[in-house]
Amino acid sequence: MTELTSAASTAPIYVYEKPVRLWHSLNALLIVVLSVTGYLIADPLASLKGEASEHFLMGYIRFVHFSAGYLIAIALLFRLYWAYAGNEHARQIFLPPLLKAHFWQGVFHEVLWYLFLVKEPRKYIGHNPLAILAMHFVFVWGVLFMIVTGFALYGEGAGQGSWQHTLFSSWVLPLFGSSQSLHSWHHLFMWLIICFVLVHIYVALREDKLSRQSMLSTIVTGWRTFKDVRPVDDESGA
Amino acid sequence: MTETFYDVMRRQGITRRSFLKFCSLTAASLGLAPAFAPKIAHAMETKPRIPVLWLHGLECTCCSESFIRSGHPLAKDVILSMLSLDYDDTIMAAAGHNAEAIVTEIVEKYKGNYILAVEGNPPLAEDGMYCIIGGKPFVEQLKYAAESCKAIISWGSCASWGCVQAAKPNPTRATPVHKVPGLANKPIIKVPGCPPIAEVMTAVVAYLLTFEKLPTLDRQGRPQMFYSQRIHDKCYRRPHFDAGQFVEHWDDEAARQGHCLYKMGCKGPTTYNACSTVRWNEGVSFPIQSGHGCIGCSEDGFWDKGSFYERLTDINQFGIEANADAVGGTAAALVGAGIAAHAGLTALNRAKQPGAEKQ
Ligand code: HEM
Ligand code: HEM
Ligand code: SF4
Ligand code: SF4
Repeated sequence: MTELTSAASTAPIYVYEKPVRLWHSLNALLIVVLSVTGYLIADPLASLKGEASEHFLMGYIRFVHFSAGYLIAIALLFRLYWAYAGNEHARQIFLPPLLKAHFWQGVFHEVLWYLFLVKEPRKYIGHNPLAILAMHFVFVWGVLFMIVTGFALYGEGAGQGSWQHTLFSSWVLPLFGSSQSLHSWHHLFMWLIICFVLVHIYVALREDKLSRQSMLSTIVTGWRTFKDVRPVDDESGA
Repeated sequence: MTETFYDVMRRQGITRRSFLKFCSLTAASLGLAPAFAPKIAHAMETKPRIPVLWLHGLECTCCSESFIRSGHPLAKDVILSMLSLDYDDTIMAAAGHNAEAIVTEIVEKYKGNYILAVEGNPPLAEDGMYCIIGGKPFVEQLKYAAESCKAIISWGSCASWGCVQAAKPNPTRATPVHKVPGLANKPIIKVPGCPPIAEVMTAVVAYLLTFEKLPTLDRQGRPQMFYSQRIHDKCYRRPHFDAGQFVEHWDDEAARQGHCLYKMGCKGPTTYNACSTVRWNEGVSFPIQSGHGCIGCSEDGFWDKGSFYERLTDINQFGIEANADAVGGTAAALVGAGIAAHAGLTALNRAKQPGAEKQ
């Protein structure tokens, strides 16, 4: 990437390949579906009258939750594969360069930028270092936690001997002590992810206006455009 | 010593016909095929009976009360005569020093061969002074008896998890059997519940005595045949849950119709026990059938999870007691407020530096 860094230019760069962009929208949709249905599982809608055989409301809500749960897990597996098969930017949120001093300087600078203490953010082809940190530690690990606890809850219903029980419930349940605690933690981490999404959307909109590169159009088309001609600050190789 | 279970039963006046009936019943309650009944009969006719030492620590005796109300009167008689129960301070005849001597006698005479059944648990604070048996802390009696036993049965939630005496802040440091430091390393069968169901208790004992091995246990040490499913999995109100028909108030129409108690805090979806299949009092009913939600009495720490009448239970890891929606909702609201404030400041800042945009 050294040529790129030195070849300071305003030319657009293709950053997020189609699979990454597709994953992003599918994932965002699934998070919304899972949060809404999950909330309704814990706190169901008003009771229905009549015969039980006439309704299956809770059953449908749970079905949608579990289907979306399967999809988000498969999508993450696919995204992990793409981190391996795709371009260097596809790896960013999975492998933060935590041992590089330049990365942490970048994080620090970004924090100062959000505290209004510097006049200008740095310029990046990929994600900025603070974004990488949040995406990795809050989102990637958070969603992994939801998948593991979610499948452990699912295994309780599927029963002993099911693969969900063998692979997940069998060790996750003793880890949390009881099914009730497992439910509570699965529920609590939903709020963590919601907090991530709130901040994420806010900063995406904000940086789209204030940073030195494009944001929203990039996650839609994959192309990054730049607003000035000075060199970029990405980690070499990222 | 060479007396078999069968000998003991005959001595107690049980006919052979009743004996065979008991064997079929036990096979059924253990979920075994009818072909197992003769095996059980054979084992009981040939094997020397195994003595059971039944100790009581901090407890309320609900396990003993449940046990002696075992559904089938025959099962109860047979099991009670199978157990030597030479020492069970609730129902034994001996008292005082004579009684305490029996413990030593059994431990000496049947070294490595008796089953230790524990009801309740030892408090460890102040060197165990909160539970004194025959002048000594219970924890010492427990360790002594565990040293030479074949296996331990932890009766009820007290012995299995700690139960109410171990609820926060647990001033006496009541500790479930498997967590007692320095306890001999013996297989432990947990039979949780407050109390456990009588039929489950007798079946566990019958299994141990006839097959001379532990029933299959799950990862938490409970017999799989009774604790592998949740109340919710076999609840007869489940169709109302799936339909979305819930009781919202104790006196509403849904309550009269027998709809699902989920919104009233039923812990059936998170509780592993056999109540919805075996039921209580000779299969007459169980809490949900009587219109009250399950309180999760066979689960670890069920006293410390907040109200029995709330679906969302408390998480107390953060020093505050609040449910996931209270903690998470507050966090999300704070984040939202932070974002609004930050957006406001950003706008102000930009208004002050009109040149920023042109770079
Ligand atoms: C549930 C909702 C969402 C979640 C969980 C989410 C998560 C993520 C993640 C994990 C990435 C990193 C992509 C990668 O490198 O593979 C990302 C990037 C991005 N997201 Fe989202 N997102 C959500 C919704 C949105 C929405 C609604 C927008 C638009 C306002 C948005 C705009 C962006 C942008 C612009 C990027 C690229 C950031 C950059 O180039 O540094 N996201 N998002
Ligand atoms: C970001 C992703 C997810 C979110 C936000 C989410 C949210 C929730 C919430 C709020 C609950 C209610 C918990 C409670 O009882 O208080 C729940 C329950 C549950 N979730 Fe998820 N979930 C997610 C992912 C998953 C996944 C991947 C699975 C796996 C299939 C899954 C399976 C379940 C199951 C089985 C339950 C229990 C349903 C019941 O008790 O009837 N979830 N989820
Ligand atoms: S009453 Fe309780 S155990 Fe029965 S279906 Fe409803 S929530 Fe489940
Ligand atoms: S229904 Fe629940 S609370 Fe009631 S006895 Fe069974 S496990 Fe315990």
